[in-house]
Amino acid sequence: MIVERTYKEINERIKAGKAVVLTAEEVIGKVKEKGIIQTAKEVDVVTTGTFGPMCSSGLFLNFGHTKPRMRMSKVWLNEIPAYAGIAAVDAFLGATELSEQDPCNTNYPGEFRYGGGHVIEDLVARKTVKLRATSYGTDCYPRREYEKDITLDSINEAILFNPRNCYQNYSCAINTTEKTIHTYMGTLKPHIGNASYSTSGQLSPLLKDPYFKTIGVGTRIFLGGGTGYVVWNGTQHFPGFLKDKESGKLTGAGGTLAVLGDLKQMNARWLRGVSMRGYGASLAVGIGLPIPILNEEVLEYAAKSDEELYAPIVDYGDAYPNLRSEDLGCASYAQLKKGSIKVKGKDVPATPMSSYPRAVEIAGTLKKWIQKGDFLLGEPTQLLPGPGENDC
Amino acid sequence: MAPKKIVLRFAADTSDKPIIYHLAKEYDLMVNILKASINPHKEGTMVMELTGSRYEEGIEFLRQQGITVHPLTQEVVRNEDRCTHCGACTAHCPTNALYIERPSMEVKFNGDECIVCLMCVDVCPVHAMEVKI
Ligand code: SF4
Ligand code: SF4
Repeated sequence: MIVERTYKEINERIKAGKAVVLTAEEVIGKVKEKGIIQTAKEVDVVTTGTFGPMCSSGLFLNFGHTKPRMRMSKVWLNEIPAYAGIAAVDAFLGATELSEQDPCNTNYPGEFRYGGGHVIEDLVARKTVKLRATSYGTDCYPRREYEKDITLDSINEAILFNPRNCYQNYSCAINTTEKTIHTYMGTLKPHIGNASYSTSGQLSPLLKDPYFKTIGVGTRIFLGGGTGYVVWNGTQHFPGFLKDKESGKLTGAGGTLAVLGDLKQMNARWLRGVSMRGYGASLAVGIGLPIPILNEEVLEYAAKSDEELYAPIVDYGDAYPNLRSEDLGCASYAQLKKGSIKVKGKDVPATPMSSYPRAVEIAGTLKKWIQKGDFLLGEPTQLLPGPGENDC
Repeated sequence: MAPKKIVLRFAADTSDKPIIYHLAKEYDLMVNILKASINPHKEGTMVMELTGSRYEEGIEFLRQQGITVHPLTQEVVRNEDRCTHCGACTAHCPTNALYIERPSMEVKFNGDECIVCLMCVDVCPVHAMEVKI
């Protein structure tokens, strides 16, 4: 390597207010202008961002003890059940959980107006949330019923712990069937009437480090408007590459992150309950990762542009629900962002599910934090598994 | 006599009939077109205000032309605090009242183009599009 930098050196420069930070969007132009080596010499950190619905999110809560004490065995927050089989006053609230009274899809397509993700948004927005709990009562925990209005500040802990977030890449969803379908990729019109995609392309964190050379346990990140950490690989972490018959290896594919952070320092602008018509409830999460430019190779991937990054096209009307593989080709993020792609010879309007303007804002915010010296890089104690031998 | 707001929807074959002329000339109605849009398939939507005592007859005339007529009692507004500019609604808005501005990818809402079809109210994942009565 011609350029080499350590985390320690970068952090020293951050503390001294001298670190050079660019967003993953800005660095593209800089590399085009000055080349990889020169840019790698100048730039310490590249910031990324993404904001979109991320299932597999949730919240660990500790409510504090009641008087008399209670061993809560069932817990509801605004009538959304939380899992209480952890300890006396601990619970886990999942983003996709629904009230037992929710009509779901009985009146298809269901609205799913309020779920676990919405409770998380209400808590972080400092709204009052109704806690209800029941128990069978024990000698040391005699209380059997409890109801109280709580807020984020009135409880001991609220730790956002999302077991699978920040998908490296995601399908561009279409529908080849004859009827409109309602999916977690949005409402898809029949006969390939539209296409829906969901990553921030050139700003997307894991697309910018496809070999996982810098991301690992302990990477400090922007999470929900506050700081958080990568604590493990996400569930279903299948790092690899999207391949194309003609051009070969294209783009990072199936990596994911498990992330954690203290909800009390997050912000409702970056944690939004979402309702996907006909599908269910979830949580939109804002995440940003800093990529330390340890060498020119790291920069080479961090500087990939929308023209060089691709999403696989997947039929959510048939192949996806039936777990059947089918090659419908790929679309570059540049094409997707222009708003029209070609599928089976047809021009199809493409719209995003994740917010590009918010991804820009996250990468910009993280850049400012680092420039101000408020945010030091966390050196991973262990890198996440990258693509296997056969994938590279 | 107060003006009444209505929404008209017409198919390709009625889009070139001189309906406004007939409303004014034969039914003595004052017509004020507030919004109009015709898509590439020549299906159109029009929001108008009608004033005059022969309002009901005018509406009947429109229906006879195969035009769907319903009163406009509501308005769709965007809650700017809630909108995350994801863009999901733009695929479903028939008039491009909701559209993506490029290259910023910000989602713009032009209320003048809105025909209150409520598609965006159904598909917006964060309930940013609201109906105001
Ligand atoms: S779907 Fe909702 S949140 Fe997304 S851009 Fe449209 S109005 Fe805004
Ligand atoms: S109601 Fe929504 S989808 Fe329908 S025209 Fe108005 S903005 Fe577009």
